[in-house]
Amino acid sequence: MVCESLIREGVEVIFGIPGGAILPLYQTLPEYPKLRHILTRHEQGASHAADGYARATGRPGVAFATSGPGATNLVTGITTAFMDSVPMVIVTGQVGRSAIGSDAFQETDITGITLPITKHNYLVMTAEEIPAVINEAFHIASTGRPGPVLVDIPKDVFEEMGEFEYPEKMDLPGYKPTVHGHPNQIRKAAKLIEESERPVILAGHGVIISKAYDELMELAEKAQIPVVTTFLGIGSFPDDHFLSVGMPGMHGAAYASLAIDQADLLIALGMRFDDRITGDTSKFAVNSKKIHIDIDPSEIGKNIPVDVPIVGDLKLVLKVLNERVKPTTRVDWVQHVEDLKRDHPLMHERDTDELLPQHIIQQLSELTDGRAIIVTGVGQHQMWAAQHYTFKEQCSLISSGGAGTMGFEVPAAMGAQVGRPDKVVWSIAGDGGFQMTMSELATLAENKIPVKFAIMNNGFLGMVRQWQQIFYKKSYVATGYSGNPDFVKLADAFGIYGARVTEKSQVKSAILKAMEHDGPALIDFVVEQEENVYPMIPSATSVASMIEEPKPEEIRQ
Amino acid sequence: MTTTESPKHTITALVEDKPGVLNRVSSMFRRRGYNIASLAVGHSEIANLSRMTFVVEGDESTVEQVTKNLHKLVDVIKVSDVSIQNCVSRELALVRVRANVQTRSEIMQIVDIFRANIVDVAPDSLIIEVTGDEDKVDSLQNLLRSFGVLEVMRTGTIAMDRGLSDEQTDKDNSGSTHRMESGL
Repeated sequence: MVCESLIREGVEVIFGIPGGAILPLYQTLPEYPKLRHILTRHEQGASHAADGYARATGRPGVAFATSGPGATNLVTGITTAFMDSVPMVIVTGQVGRSAIGSDAFQETDITGITLPITKHNYLVMTAEEIPAVINEAFHIASTGRPGPVLVDIPKDVFEEMGEFEYPEKMDLPGYKPTVHGHPNQIRKAAKLIEESERPVILAGHGVIISKAYDELMELAEKAQIPVVTTFLGIGSFPDDHFLSVGMPGMHGAAYASLAIDQADLLIALGMRFDDRITGDTSKFAVNSKKIHIDIDPSEIGKNIPVDVPIVGDLKLVLKVLNERVKPTTRVDWVQHVEDLKRDHPLMHERDTDELLPQHIIQQLSELTDGRAIIVTGVGQHQMWAAQHYTFKEQCSLISSGGAGTMGFEVPAAMGAQVGRPDKVVWSIAGDGGFQMTMSELATLAENKIPVKFAIMNNGFLGMVRQWQQIFYKKSYVATGYSGNPDFVKLADAFGIYGARVTEKSQVKSAILKAMEHDGPALIDFVVEQEENVYPMIPSATSVASMIEEPKPEEIRQ
Repeated sequence: MTTTESPKHTITALVEDKPGVLNRVSSMFRRRGYNIASLAVGHSEIANLSRMTFVVEGDESTVEQVTKNLHKLVDVIKVSDVSIQNCVSRELALVRVRANVQTRSEIMQIVDIFRANIVDVAPDSLIIEVTGDEDKVDSLQNLLRSFGVLEVMRTGTIAMDRGLSDEQTDKDNSGSTHRMESGL
């Protein structure tokens, strides 16, 4: 029943681990050779891999796990997907119906646990409901504002025989996402754009989810509006376009934050005014009116008051808006933003022999021509990747933005590569996060999934250490790793290619060698230990508190 | 109608009558940190659908977010913000109050004024049933305090807009009288 339904939904790949309660489902897999099952080493790996797959392909990722600990191990992956609006369908096994509520072996209330971190979830109590539930699960996961949907099925329900009938239409009276924007609101938005002298577009993940790339480009070019992208909006607008102004916020480019601050109109597209962007909301973009277009009405007016709210699918709304927007030139404003970029560079040139993560990422960007899929973990390396990789392709950054899940970088890169075998996938990892999920290297080796890892190994939980340095007088409590494993030997043990880089001069050849290698590869970049991410706007402050560049004594430690 | 210190709003929601729906709704309130002053659930006029009435404390923007987040729940079909000025709102309460031969008649007078009922009489106590809006129930409860209130049970407010909405006018016109106090 489940496999048949998955086939109907066009599923090709499942990430998971079997166990007692879900065994009846697993035993039917051989009958469905079209379904490729990838056996991960940990259920967290399965959920992140499904997430990476979904982000890279735009199709829902699918994960299986058994009851109890199998299901709870998925939870971090489900939260990560939920925070970043990633479509996923998760099927978990549950103890038999008669045992539910009895604290049976490997029983856990996974629908209860995942209530606040799924878009919706189901406990299926009869086999004949399965097709309709799976059908609804895929529909809910992938439409409107996407998100993970969990389907929990008791062991004896898998085993129950029933008539397989795939529903032709769904019965979801409470689920009708608004996709078409209100024409009057769109008219008002067009008028605001026309009247504005210093508009800025703030493009978020919604552009990518809605595949509104062309519409965004048309709006930006037609009305000559500089485009700032949120962290997850990276890849919605090419970094090498003259109107691209990069990422704003806590560790964003100074020029991007300044452009927002100086704008008289902010056009927020498919984003949610996260605190990493706004800082102190009472001081955020106070000089501008705001247009906010999002498919989720509850995001509008949640953090920032909006002048023209539009609820709808971004692609459809922008199509209508673009028709109403008149071609304009804004020579002075565009030039002013160019000047901001010139006057506030991301990184001041430093004549140093140190092996700096920023330089490595710049090299990686050049050697892949900005066209690889970049998957990252969370922390300093994540911010450096956002700052220093020139993302030229659509949907090319995959990272845990909302949840900030360390360890995402290994399994999510695996999922992305499985979904996009045609692309080069680089996982930019931290030594901390990498060790959280590195068991998936075995899955990569086993399935010959050719992900390339660049570990920015500074022997610290780097971002936390940076906070300790700046806010806690260099008191490095529990952030240093004095016993990191030898990552090259580790790679060898897993049967994948490994190399270590300690000198600046080795970077280029090491990256090229890893890419030439046919299969998964890992480079352990032993980088400068106490390098910091700048610019930095301390949390809950504003652009006025931005620390733009390191003080000289911090460079020379 | 209501004159309380923090602004209160009444919201009703038509929801699927399925296991776990109340949990989904209350979990959303908890997670987002919204305050529910009262919550009442019962069957609606449509089979398999229930109606919930929430009294929510908070400013306009909070109430707007509550409404939007209720809408996001797949099992929630319709959400209405019941206007305070133009609605009927009722609550049922049972109050067990200490009563002896000396105080019983005085209590009965108060009960009469409030058009409440005495539904149980014991040698040293009474159970009073009162129906009304929240303020009326509060007032009665306050008046009875001096006699010794032993136990109070309140259903939480349910509310309905006065007159027919456009939507209802399109349908048939039956069932416009109702006994609110029996709904829960």
